[in-house]
Amino acid sequence: MSPVFKLLAQRIALSLLLLLLISMVIFAGTMILPGDVAQSILGQSATPEALANLRAELGVNDPPVQRYFAWLFGAIQGDLGTALTSGQDISEALASRFWNTLFLAFWAAVVAVPLAIFLGLLAVRFKDRWPDKLISGVTLASISIPEFLIGYVLMYLVAVQLRWFPSVAMINDNMSLFEKLNAIALPIAVLTLVVLAHMMRMTRAAILNVMQSAYIETAELKGLNAFQVIYRHAFPNAVAPIVNVVMLNLAYLVVGVVVIEVVFVYPGMGQYLVDHVSKRDVPVVQACGLIFAAVYIGLNMIADVVAILSNPRLRHPK
Amino acid sequence: MNRHMQYLASQAVAGKLSRRDFLGKAAALGFTAVSANLLLSTAAKAAGPQKGGTIRLGLQGGSTTDSLDPALVTNTVGLMVTRLWGETLVELADDGGIEGKLAESHEASADAKTWTFKLRPGVTYSNGQNVTAEDVVKTMERHSGEDTKSGALGIMRGIKDVRADGDSVVFELDSPNADLPYLLADYHLIIQPNGGNDDPAAAIGTGPYIMKSSDMGVRFVAEKNPNYWGDLGNADTVEIIVINDDTARVAALQSGQVDVIDRVPPRTAKLVDRAPNITVHSTSAAGHYVFIMHCNTAPFDNNDVRMALKYGINRQEMVDKILNGYGTVGNDTPINASYPMYTELEQRQFDPDKAMHHLKKAGHDGSILLRTSDNSFPGAPDASALFQQSLGSAGIQLDVKREPNDGYWSEVWNNKPFCTSYWGGRPTQDQMFTTAYLSTADWNDTRFNNEQFDQMLVAARGELDVAKRTQMYADMSTILRDEGGLICPMFNDFVEATTDNVDGWVEGIPGQVLMNGYAASKLWVKA
Repeated sequence: MSPVFKLLAQRIALSLLLLLLISMVIFAGTMILPGDVAQSILGQSATPEALANLRAELGVNDPPVQRYFAWLFGAIQGDLGTALTSGQDISEALASRFWNTLFLAFWAAVVAVPLAIFLGLLAVRFKDRWPDKLISGVTLASISIPEFLIGYVLMYLVAVQLRWFPSVAMINDNMSLFEKLNAIALPIAVLTLVVLAHMMRMTRAAILNVMQSAYIETAELKGLNAFQVIYRHAFPNAVAPIVNVVMLNLAYLVVGVVVIEVVFVYPGMGQYLVDHVSKRDVPVVQACGLIFAAVYIGLNMIADVVAILSNPRLRHPK
Repeated sequence: MNRHMQYLASQAVAGKLSRRDFLGKAAALGFTAVSANLLLSTAAKAAGPQKGGTIRLGLQGGSTTDSLDPALVTNTVGLMVTRLWGETLVELADDGGIEGKLAESHEASADAKTWTFKLRPGVTYSNGQNVTAEDVVKTMERHSGEDTKSGALGIMRGIKDVRADGDSVVFELDSPNADLPYLLADYHLIIQPNGGNDDPAAAIGTGPYIMKSSDMGVRFVAEKNPNYWGDLGNADTVEIIVINDDTARVAALQSGQVDVIDRVPPRTAKLVDRAPNITVHSTSAAGHYVFIMHCNTAPFDNNDVRMALKYGINRQEMVDKILNGYGTVGNDTPINASYPMYTELEQRQFDPDKAMHHLKKAGHDGSILLRTSDNSFPGAPDASALFQQSLGSAGIQLDVKREPNDGYWSEVWNNKPFCTSYWGGRPTQDQMFTTAYLSTADWNDTRFNNEQFDQMLVAARGELDVAKRTQMYADMSTILRDEGGLICPMFNDFVEATTDNVDGWVEGIPGQVLMNGYAASKLWVKA
């Protein structure tokens, strides 16, 4: 078996094991939430009879281990159960939400990733000169401000004052792609600002690291101009760490946008999760947790796979 | 001069003069922007509602876990959506009385134990079916049945029997209740075909609109019901967007994405009102923010401790700082002027000396623990801190424990002996007292057990003489004020806002939020 294949198989098996462990943690975690689903659904208007009726109907009295395995086997087959609060099929309800979240994450990534890498390259090219300092300064400032605040500021300037884009990023199936992009322009902008600094600085650092190498000196002595050196010789060797940080940020774009979705009223997973957490709708919380974990682990696994494949020493075993 | 202004206003309403020009002319003639706007909206109302267009509401309080089943409605969005497609037998009128909806008329027997509601003839559901008395009976049964989850279960309890009698529905009660029509105006009790037993969330009703799409906690779209029997519903389309974030909701209004919002945060309401195209509406209501003590748990089982705390709170300061003036001072009773049979009691004032006096008399020493969280009412932790300070100036130590928002209603409220909370109020005294202050009440969150109070409440319920009844309610309020476990420093107004894009707002409608939930069908979009 080639070492590349063996490494990849190991890495994938590890991811699956991790996912299994996380499913246990998620299940155990939701067990110890304070409060009770029936009380939360009915809120202040709960009468004792209504509470008892709802509890019996929800069947929240079985032993936990039995419920864990039932849940796990269901999840493996794509059946995430039904929401306690609405009786909806979770897989069905989550599908459109998840798609919406991916839609937002995808377009944010389309803007943010090339921009970050380009800015990173630019910063290296003009290292320690004003473009480098400007790029670093602006991106560091934007990552230091809480994302909801960036959201509010953009909302005030761009939506309320200038009226360029809507402040409510409501999308629905009847909208054309252009209308949808118009609706999500502001959240895309906020997400871009939030993830830009991390990716841009990692790109810059990784390339600078490679630039110390002897072969870069050779390339420079060969007479290549600075951009060619960076683009053709430094960048390919810095791919692994860059992909790593890009994947980390993509994962963030999918699982970390809860606040942005709430602020911009975007109908994604985040909003769905928040509503169900506050109602103690455990199956939905578990389903969301599992999906988020899968996305996170999956993207990290891809980053590792890319790192392994981009390592020539593994590709050409002795 | 005034006549000239009125002429200009009517020109502006008719679209012959732009609004900006009108305001400019008004300013030149020495009118303030407020009075000019008022004139404009009076002229617009005189011109009558305009039909057509789309009205968009951005509302707080919807969740993905909601249902269209009227029995399960718990929040503003649910109320607004239900009001679009469904109707109750009777409804609160703008003056606080009762007006017929699906019931054309109603009458009580002399002992107020038997009530007959006569149905409006020829009303059909949105699916074309006729409304029958049998549907009404089934609806009432669904909300009062053994296994119901209906939010109206509590108020259905006194009803012994409901039966159809031709085109009338007859309610037989366990004991006299002069307020039955108020109970039946409850927004849960939407009349549905076969009582909603087949598919309670199908949104088939007799309302002025028909639901076109419903994405829970996200967005609702409704179109005008062409066969609606009444004259409700001005806009062709109503769109309700759920915006739970305060800042986002205000921004959506300012950027013109919605025409109406609810729950403008009192802290920023004055700033929002200053925007040129926005009007903030503040409606006094029965809702109140409270500190509740369990009357059966030490140290609150001693009335002197309760009195000490009641004298140690600065009510005006609460209204000024927590509500930013958007509210009125409370008097430790849940009843205020918004109730039909209200009697003004002597207002209790902040009095540190009396507070200390009562605490000494009680022989209590050491501190008192208050639990609070932000979702008990907006600004509750701040209000608790103010309470702590005012009590401190009376020499009483209050410890404030901040609890998580999550699980507050199940872990703290109605559970721990002293905490912050809120009440939405009810349309009648009887309902408010029965819900929370009767010894056997489901939500007796102050553990108030007072035989005399209970007897008076039952007696008042069957009393048809309004003067006597008013006196009984005043006496009950006095008992609560002087012995109850409720500290009610303030009644919160409903603070809502509209853009100049819409008109027809009526100030001061009692009951629920947003013109008793009818903002979407009673407002109109300006051409």
